Amino acid sequence: MIKILYFARLRDSLNRGEEQLEYSAAINTGEKLLSALKSRGAPWQDALDKTQLLMSVNQTMASPDASIQDGDEVAFFPPVTGG
Amino acid sequence: MISIQQADFDLAAEYQALRADAPSIGAIVTFTGLVRDFNLVESTPENTSVQGLFLEHYPGMTEKSLAAIIETAKTRWSIINTRVVHRIGAMHPGDQIVFVGVNSAHRGDAFAACEFIMDYLKTQAPFWKKELTEEGERWVESRDTDQQAAERWKTD
Repeated sequence: MIKILYFARLRDSLNRGEEQLEYSAAINTGEKLLSALKSRGAPWQDALDKTQLLMSVNQTMASPDASIQDGDEVAFFPPVTGG
Repeated sequence: MISIQQADFDLAAEYQALRADAPSIGAIVTFTGLVRDFNLVESTPENTSVQGLFLEHYPGMTEKSLAAIIETAKTRWSIINTRVVHRIGAMHPGDQIVFVGVNSAHRGDAFAACEFIMDYLKTQAPFWKKELTEEGERWVESRDTDQQAAERWKTD
Protein backbone atom coordinates (compact mmCIF):
# COMPACT_ATOMS: atom_id res chain seq x y z
CA MET A 1 0.00 0.00 0.00
CA ILE A 2 1.06 3.59 -0.52
CA LYS A 3 -0.37 6.62 1.22
CA ILE A 4 -1.28 9.62 -0.94
CA LEU A 5 -1.92 13.09 0.48
CA TYR A 6 -3.45 16.14 -1.24
CA PHE A 7 -3.15 19.69 0.05
CA ALA A 8 -4.66 23.17 -0.28
CA ARG A 9 -6.46 24.03 -3.54
CA LEU A 10 -5.91 20.51 -4.87
CA ARG A 11 -7.53 18.88 -1.85
CA ASP A 12 -10.52 21.21 -2.25
CA SER A 13 -10.86 20.35 -5.97
CA LEU A 14 -10.64 16.61 -5.29
CA ASN A 15 -12.72 16.83 -2.14
CA ARG A 16 -10.20 14.43 -0.60
CA GLY A 17 -7.15 14.90 1.61
CA GLU A 18 -5.80 11.41 1.88
CA GLU A 19 -6.11 7.87 0.53
CA GLN A 20 -4.39 4.48 0.51
CA LEU A 21 -3.66 2.77 -2.79
CA GLU A 22 -2.61 -0.83 -3.49
CA TYR A 23 1.02 -0.80 -4.69
CA SER A 24 1.91 -2.20 -8.10
CA ALA A 25 4.42 -1.69 -10.92
CA ALA A 26 1.76 0.40 -12.65
CA ILE A 27 2.32 3.19 -10.10
CA ASN A 28 6.05 2.83 -9.34
CA THR A 29 7.00 6.35 -10.47
CA GLY A 30 5.47 9.76 -9.87
CA GLU A 31 4.44 10.08 -13.52
CA LYS A 32 2.76 6.66 -13.56
CA LEU A 33 0.90 7.36 -10.34
CA LEU A 34 -0.26 10.70 -11.70
CA SER A 35 -1.62 9.17 -14.91
CA ALA A 36 -3.36 6.44 -12.90
CA LEU A 37 -5.06 9.13 -10.81
CA LYS A 38 -5.99 11.18 -13.89
CA SER A 39 -7.60 8.13 -15.50
CA ARG A 40 -10.27 8.25 -12.79
CA GLY A 41 -12.02 10.96 -14.80
CA ALA A 42 -13.80 13.92 -13.18
CA PRO A 43 -12.73 15.69 -11.05
CA TRP A 44 -9.29 14.03 -11.08
CA GLN A 45 -8.28 14.65 -14.69
CA ASP A 46 -9.21 18.31 -14.54
CA ALA A 47 -7.77 19.08 -11.10
CA LEU A 48 -4.46 17.33 -11.74
CA ASP A 49 -4.08 18.87 -15.23
CA LYS A 50 -5.03 22.41 -14.30
CA THR A 51 -3.15 22.82 -11.08
CA GLN A 52 0.56 23.51 -11.30
CA LEU A 53 1.65 20.51 -9.23
CA LEU A 54 4.50 19.75 -6.90
CA MET A 55 5.15 16.26 -5.59
CA SER A 56 6.91 14.84 -2.58
CA VAL A 57 7.93 11.28 -1.75
CA ASN A 58 8.39 10.47 1.94
CA GLN A 59 8.17 14.19 2.78
CA THR A 60 10.96 15.29 0.43
CA MET A 61 10.32 17.24 -2.80
CA ALA A 62 10.57 14.88 -5.76
CA SER A 63 10.52 15.13 -9.55
CA PRO A 64 7.91 13.25 -11.63
CA ASP A 65 10.42 10.54 -12.56
CA ALA A 66 11.08 9.71 -8.88
CA SER A 67 10.50 6.06 -8.08
CA ILE A 68 7.81 5.03 -5.63
CA GLN A 69 8.24 1.98 -3.38
CA ASP A 70 5.66 0.00 -1.47
CA GLY A 71 4.92 1.75 1.84
CA ASP A 72 5.91 5.22 0.60
CA GLU A 73 4.04 8.40 1.48
CA VAL A 74 3.43 10.47 -1.65
CA ALA A 75 1.90 13.95 -1.67
CA PHE A 76 0.64 16.24 -4.44
CA PHE A 77 0.15 19.96 -3.88
CA PRO A 78 0.18 23.39 -5.54
CA PRO A 79 3.27 25.66 -5.34
CA VAL A 80 3.85 26.69 -1.75
CA THR A 81 2.86 30.12 -0.45
CA GLY A 82 4.14 30.36 3.12
CA GLY A 83 6.19 33.05 4.78
CA MET B 1 15.14 25.50 16.73
CA ILE B 2 12.14 25.07 14.46
CA SER B 3 8.63 25.71 15.70
CA ILE B 4 5.37 25.40 13.78
CA GLN B 5 2.68 26.84 16.03
CA GLN B 6 -0.72 28.48 16.12
CA ALA B 7 0.26 30.86 18.91
CA ASP B 8 1.89 34.23 18.34
CA PHE B 9 5.58 34.57 19.17
CA ASP B 10 7.55 37.05 21.26
CA LEU B 11 10.26 38.78 19.24
CA ALA B 12 12.20 39.75 22.38
CA ALA B 13 12.20 36.16 23.65
CA GLU B 14 13.44 34.86 20.28
CA TYR B 15 16.19 37.49 20.25
CA GLN B 16 17.25 36.65 23.82
CA ALA B 17 17.46 32.95 22.93
CA LEU B 18 19.85 33.81 20.08
CA ARG B 19 21.81 36.09 22.41
CA ALA B 20 22.48 33.13 24.73
CA ASP B 21 25.47 32.20 22.54
CA ALA B 22 27.25 35.47 23.45
CA PRO B 23 30.10 36.33 23.76
CA SER B 24 31.19 33.92 20.98
CA ILE B 25 28.78 35.65 18.57
CA GLY B 26 29.10 39.19 17.27
CA ALA B 27 25.89 39.49 15.27
CA ILE B 28 22.21 38.59 15.41
CA VAL B 29 20.01 39.11 12.35
CA THR B 30 16.27 38.62 12.61
CA PHE B 31 13.43 38.79 10.10
CA THR B 32 9.75 39.03 11.02
CA GLY B 33 7.01 38.60 8.43
CA LEU B 34 3.56 40.14 8.94
CA VAL B 35 0.16 39.41 7.40
CA ARG B 36 -0.66 42.07 4.78
CA ASP B 37 -4.14 43.41 4.13
CA PHE B 38 -3.79 43.20 0.35
CA ASN B 39 -2.79 40.59 -2.21
CA LEU B 40 -0.20 41.58 -4.80
CA VAL B 41 -0.97 38.86 -7.32
CA GLU B 42 -4.73 38.82 -7.47
CA SER B 43 -5.24 42.54 -7.05
CA THR B 44 -8.15 43.89 -9.04
CA PRO B 45 -8.91 47.53 -9.86
CA GLU B 46 -10.84 47.59 -6.59
CA ASN B 47 -8.00 45.74 -4.87
CA THR B 48 -10.15 43.65 -2.58
CA SER B 49 -8.82 43.89 0.91
CA VAL B 50 -7.83 40.80 2.85
CA GLN B 51 -9.78 40.39 6.08
CA GLY B 52 -8.11 37.27 7.33
CA LEU B 53 -5.78 34.46 6.45
CA PHE B 54 -5.74 30.72 7.05
CA LEU B 55 -2.43 28.93 6.90
CA GLU B 56 -2.27 25.22 6.12
CA HIS B 57 0.85 23.04 6.14
CA TYR B 58 2.06 19.47 5.67
CA PRO B 59 2.93 18.28 9.18
CA GLY B 60 6.18 16.37 9.19
CA MET B 61 7.40 17.55 5.80
CA THR B 62 7.33 21.17 6.96
CA GLU B 63 9.78 20.51 9.78
CA LYS B 64 11.90 18.25 7.58
CA SER B 65 12.18 20.81 4.77
CA LEU B 66 13.02 23.67 7.16
CA ALA B 67 15.71 21.52 8.81
CA ALA B 68 17.21 20.82 5.37
CA ILE B 69 17.18 24.55 4.48
CA ILE B 70 18.94 25.40 7.76
CA GLU B 71 21.52 22.65 7.20
CA THR B 72 22.28 24.06 3.76
CA ALA B 73 22.66 27.55 5.24
CA LYS B 74 25.08 26.17 7.83
CA THR B 75 27.28 24.65 5.13
CA ARG B 76 27.38 27.92 3.16
CA TRP B 77 27.86 30.46 5.93
CA SER B 78 29.59 30.56 9.26
CA ILE B 79 26.57 30.73 11.51
CA ILE B 80 26.12 29.33 15.02
CA ASN B 81 22.40 29.03 15.73
CA THR B 82 19.09 29.58 13.98
CA ARG B 83 15.52 29.95 15.14
CA VAL B 84 12.59 29.61 12.76
CA VAL B 85 9.00 30.09 13.90
CA HIS B 86 6.10 29.79 11.45
CA ARG B 87 2.51 30.21 12.52
CA ILE B 88 -0.37 28.15 11.15
CA GLY B 89 -4.14 28.47 11.37
CA ALA B 90 -6.21 31.65 11.40
CA MET B 91 -4.55 35.08 11.39
CA HIS B 92 -5.46 38.68 10.72
CA PRO B 93 -3.78 41.55 8.87
CA GLY B 94 -0.98 42.96 10.99
CA ASP B 95 -0.32 39.67 12.81
CA GLN B 96 3.18 38.24 12.96
CA ILE B 97 3.34 35.14 10.77
CA VAL B 98 6.99 34.11 10.47
CA PHE B 99 10.28 34.65 12.28
CA VAL B 100 13.80 33.77 11.15
CA GLY B 101 16.74 34.55 13.42
CA VAL B 102 20.41 33.77 12.89
CA ASN B 103 23.47 34.43 15.01
CA SER B 104 27.08 34.43 13.91
CA ALA B 105 30.54 35.78 14.69
CA HIS B 106 30.13 38.26 11.82
CA ARG B 107 27.21 40.24 10.41
CA GLY B 108 27.84 39.31 6.76
CA ASP B 109 27.19 35.63 7.34
CA ALA B 110 24.17 36.33 9.56
CA PHE B 111 22.56 38.70 7.02
CA ALA B 112 23.08 36.31 4.10
CA ALA B 113 21.97 33.17 5.95
CA CYS B 114 18.82 34.85 7.27
CA GLU B 115 17.77 36.01 3.80
CA PHE B 116 18.65 32.62 2.28
CA ILE B 117 16.54 30.74 4.84
CA MET B 118 13.59 33.08 4.25
CA ASP B 119 13.84 32.86 0.43
CA TYR B 120 13.96 29.06 0.52
CA LEU B 121 11.19 28.83 3.12
CA LYS B 122 8.95 30.74 0.70
CA THR B 123 9.57 28.36 -2.21
CA GLN B 124 10.32 24.99 -0.56
CA ALA B 125 8.50 24.66 2.75
CA PRO B 126 4.99 23.18 2.37
CA PHE B 127 2.78 26.03 3.63
CA TRP B 128 -0.30 27.35 1.81
CA LYS B 129 -2.20 30.56 2.47
CA LYS B 130 -5.92 30.96 2.01
CA GLU B 131 -7.24 34.52 2.12
CA LEU B 132 -10.60 35.62 3.37
CA THR B 133 -11.87 38.64 1.43
CA GLU B 134 -15.20 40.40 1.06
CA GLU B 135 -15.79 38.18 -1.98
CA GLY B 136 -15.09 34.95 -0.13
CA GLU B 137 -12.15 32.61 0.37
CA ARG B 138 -9.36 32.11 -2.15
CA TRP B 139 -6.06 30.25 -2.19
CA VAL B 140 -3.09 32.54 -2.65
CA GLU B 141 -1.17 32.07 -5.92
CA SER B 142 2.58 31.58 -5.75
CA ARG B 143 4.68 34.48 -7.03
CA ASP B 144 7.41 34.34 -9.67
CA THR B 145 9.38 36.95 -7.76
CA ASP B 146 9.64 34.55 -4.80
CA GLN B 147 10.96 31.86 -7.13
CA GLN B 148 13.50 34.32 -8.56
CA ALA B 149 14.57 35.35 -5.06
CA ALA B 150 15.41 31.74 -4.25
CA GLU B 151 17.08 31.14 -7.63
CA ARG B 152 19.67 33.84 -7.07
CA TRP B 153 21.27 31.77 -4.28
CA LYS B 154 22.11 28.93 -6.64
CA THR B 155 25.84 28.53 -6.96
CA ASP B 156 26.18 26.30 -10.04
